[in-house]
Amino acid sequence: CVCVCYILDSNIYIKLFTFLSILLTFKYIIKMKDEIILLDCWASSYGMSVKIALAEKGVEYECREENFQDKSPLLLQSNHIHKTIPVLVHNGKPICESLIIVRYIDEVWHDKSPLLPSDPHQKSQALFWADYIDKKVAKKELIEVLRNLERELGDKPYFGGENVGFVDVALVPFTSWFYTYETRGHFSIEAECPKLMSWAKRCISERKSIAKTLPHPHKIYEYALDLLRK
Amino acid sequence: MGEVKLFRTWSSPFALRVVWALKLKGVEYETIYEDLANKSSSLLEYNPVHKKVPVLLHNGIPICESLVILEYIDETWNEGVRFLPKDPLARATARFWAKFNDEQVFPSFFRYFMRQGEDQEKAKEKVLENLKFVEEHLKGKKFFDGEVFGFLDLVFGWLVCYPGVINKAINLKLLDEQMFPNLCTWMEQFGDVPVIKETWPDEEALIHKFHKMREGLGIYIYTKLRYEAS
Repeated sequence: CVCVCYILDSNIYIKLFTFLSILLTFKYIIKMKDEIILLDCWASSYGMSVKIALAEKGVEYECREENFQDKSPLLLQSNHIHKTIPVLVHNGKPICESLIIVRYIDEVWHDKSPLLPSDPHQKSQALFWADYIDKKVAKKELIEVLRNLERELGDKPYFGGENVGFVDVALVPFTSWFYTYETRGHFSIEAECPKLMSWAKRCISERKSIAKTLPHPHKIYEYALDLLRK
Repeated sequence: MGEVKLFRTWSSPFALRVVWALKLKGVEYETIYEDLANKSSSLLEYNPVHKKVPVLLHNGIPICESLVILEYIDETWNEGVRFLPKDPLARATARFWAKFNDEQVFPSFFRYFMRQGEDQEKAKEKVLENLKFVEEHLKGKKFFDGEVFGFLDLVFGWLVCYPGVINKAINLKLLDEQMFPNLCTWMEQFGDVPVIKETWPDEEALIHKFHKMREGLGIYIYTKLRYEAS
């Protein structure tokens, strides 16, 4: 490149070459600056919410699988209070708690695929429902909770309206556990909450970020059986 | 900025943080006191999912869950004092500690207060463990958010009043100056903020309420009847 510019012997080409080199170096430095590590466990619904958010924003990151019997020093240092996953480590700074991480991602990479609405009232509604999911979905009153969520979804394609939003990101990971809950609990979520099941299928078929993050329900079922045996 | 109503109980620390937020922002609002044993049809309409207070009603639209309400107030009345920091990492940290208070610190304190004997000793260990994390987090800071008080001070603000009143009511001391020097200093400083100082529930009424809660309604009525008869 330098030789070609030299042969052409014109200032403007050297200037252009120098300018392009500086631009590429800058881009490389900026890209190098952002180190993003996700400490996770593949079956965790809470981890999946974070992965979906990162995928929606097109953010590259390194995913490190944690073993609960042998937690990494980085996990113990980053989340010394709870010692749980997921933890996002962004340029050495840890952020803990699944939905808090999703909000952080939404605020830092705010120029793409917003997950929370900007209108304060609509935002408060989304935060309310995500908090509800966080507190209630992992518990025994699952069907009652799902019925409430079915009502909230209504005829919208997503909880966020026309596009995937904060509540969708909070809830969709739990759908990979539905098969496990149904099989162990002997009930059909499809029969009780048909709109919710359509929504779950729509999320997987229409959103790459979700399709590539959610493990197959049967894999989760085997994992759950494994946990019960231990 | 529209009509604002707050559904609350006179003693709830979760409602109190909303009162502080509204007063600090200079928002005029109407208070509607709820009797939780006999909830109003309005409360059941505005918070059908949890049926709890506080609920903020802004231009006829309800917002539920005190942490969601705090953020809503901060964003809606956004001129002048701001509660949450601007930086996404600082915001995520504040939200983490707010969740820690609401899901760990406060419930562990409540359990300690409501138990007896050996159970109470075990509960005490848990609440002290939680408070030690908070003590550590306050190190080197005047308020939770630095030089100026903000979101987290509103969240932890209940510590300024309730443990002290419980100590007066049933001789249960928790916040020792030697064990928690940072917390005790913060309690004095935050407790001195005029809006905070002027809005505590009546101490005698709180003591009375705590006695009722601890000793059970039956014992209280017997004592009251005996006193009135003499």
